[in-house]
Amino acid sequence: MIHVLAFYLFAAFVVASGALTIFARNPVHSVLWLILAFFNAAGLMLMLGAEFIAMLLVIVYVGAVAVLFLFVVMMLDIDFAELRAGFVEYLPFGVLIGLILLAEIVFGAAAWKAGPLQLANRAAPIGHEAPNIEQIGTLLYTRYIFLFEAAGLVLLVALIGAIVLTHRTRGGVRGQNIDKQNRRRPQDAVRNINQPTGQGVEL
Amino acid sequence: MTSFFQSLGLPFEGAWLLSTIIGILVIALPLMLAVAMIIYADRKIWAAMALRRGPNVVGPFGLLQSFADGLKVFLQETIIPSASNRVLFLIAPIITFTVALMAWAVIPFQVGVVLADINVGLLYILAISSLGVYGVILAGWASNSKYPFFSAIRASAQMISYEVSIGFVLISVVLWAGSFNLSEIVASQKGYYGFLNGNGFNPLLFPMSIVFLISSMAETARAPFDLTEAESELVAGYQTEYSSMAFALYWLGEYANVILMCALNAILFWGGYLPPFDWAPLYWVPGIIWLFAKILFFFFVFSWVKATVPRYRYDQLMRLGWKIFLPLSLAFVVIVSGFLMLTRYGAGA
Repeated sequence: MIHVLAFYLFAAFVVASGALTIFARNPVHSVLWLILAFFNAAGLMLMLGAEFIAMLLVIVYVGAVAVLFLFVVMMLDIDFAELRAGFVEYLPFGVLIGLILLAEIVFGAAAWKAGPLQLANRAAPIGHEAPNIEQIGTLLYTRYIFLFEAAGLVLLVALIGAIVLTHRTRGGVRGQNIDKQNRRRPQDAVRNINQPTGQGVEL
Repeated sequence: MTSFFQSLGLPFEGAWLLSTIIGILVIALPLMLAVAMIIYADRKIWAAMALRRGPNVVGPFGLLQSFADGLKVFLQETIIPSASNRVLFLIAPIITFTVALMAWAVIPFQVGVVLADINVGLLYILAISSLGVYGVILAGWASNSKYPFFSAIRASAQMISYEVSIGFVLISVVLWAGSFNLSEIVASQKGYYGFLNGNGFNPLLFPMSIVFLISSMAETARAPFDLTEAESELVAGYQTEYSSMAFALYWLGEYANVILMCALNAILFWGGYLPPFDWAPLYWVPGIIWLFAKILFFFFVFSWVKATVPRYRYDQLMRLGWKIFLPLSLAFVVIVSGFLMLTRYGAGA
């Protein structure tokens, strides 16, 4: 009973906030609806018994990716008139992408309907004997170790690529030399003098 | 408790729901009381270090000061700036407050006394604490005012930076304990002959405990890392436009987070509810008292630091997070896992 209620609650929120992500006029509101969608998707995963994936979804997508989204969107200077100007121009392309996604969903649903996949061919056995983390870890580090490491390499390349693309040294910046600052002692900066009256201080 | 309600004739689901709600109340209400008293303690400690008397008028020794303050803000008018984004402006403090309470669900207070004894407890805490930043960002943005917005940007950059090193510290603790479950992490710190073998006594994890203590100060934006509300630069930071209960919710949420971080320090590195020696007189004291004592000790350290250390400059804060703590904690993850490969490989798996 509670399960069913929770499922429909989460599912309805995912769908509704997904739709509102697109329809919200304010981009910041869009990102917030997207965050709500992520959060409810995590709830759905919890109900499937995939607690590790659910937590990672929240940590990675809500905690890191969406914060950066929000960060960027908040600082964008968006001209809504300009944003809507290209609407008709891009409409065919958008419709095409929408149709492709729709077709994929239909195919996926049809394949699901056609019959269950062979259990032995399923990538991840979901059992309740061992915790999620152990099962995923065992699979990732034994059967899929090369794919896993390849994915790691791809991420590393992307990381370095992002740094190379965005890193540019600007001239005229006075950087802070922390070591020099830490080495500085009061006697380097302060001098006590007994100044006689009527005379200027010699600096 | 579920079985108790079932014995009264409720179906399982109803009994579970009722016992969970009672459990939530049993944690949240004393927590609010604890927050009120810890604010008082903070002010007293701070005053003592500045050779002042601190709150001493309301109630005996000023004990009721926090409640008087609470009543005051409760009776104030909630001012919503006309240029603000009304809904988000009001949601933001609620998010901060709720998130600060949510994390307590997985904290074990005693053997078996925990609201949600889940396998991914530590990940849950990491997920919840990463949500905390939204309250601040939304407040800054929805206020539609410059200083709160600067503060929000600072806060998000600061929290994300320190979450990275906190994550690595947690990983090294998890590697050592072999579990993400907080109760099991505490149980793994039981030593031989009844001695506490806290992770903090472990030479491989002791540096991590220091990194975690400092990072938890930065994560909760406590002094000396309170750049988000540096009054000399940003008025009151993201709280500038807030008044009345909305302001109080930030205040409560902030201190609930601080107590949570103190509890995590105690649980992850100093044995949580375990007594220092499992011997006769200490054994009689219930575990929750030990946990409280440890929490209070860490809170004293927090206040002590707040009273004595000047505020960091922003670039120093970022340097500490990214150039010192991140490589250090990453190196220790490698060292700890290497040591475990040497000593425990093939034992458990």
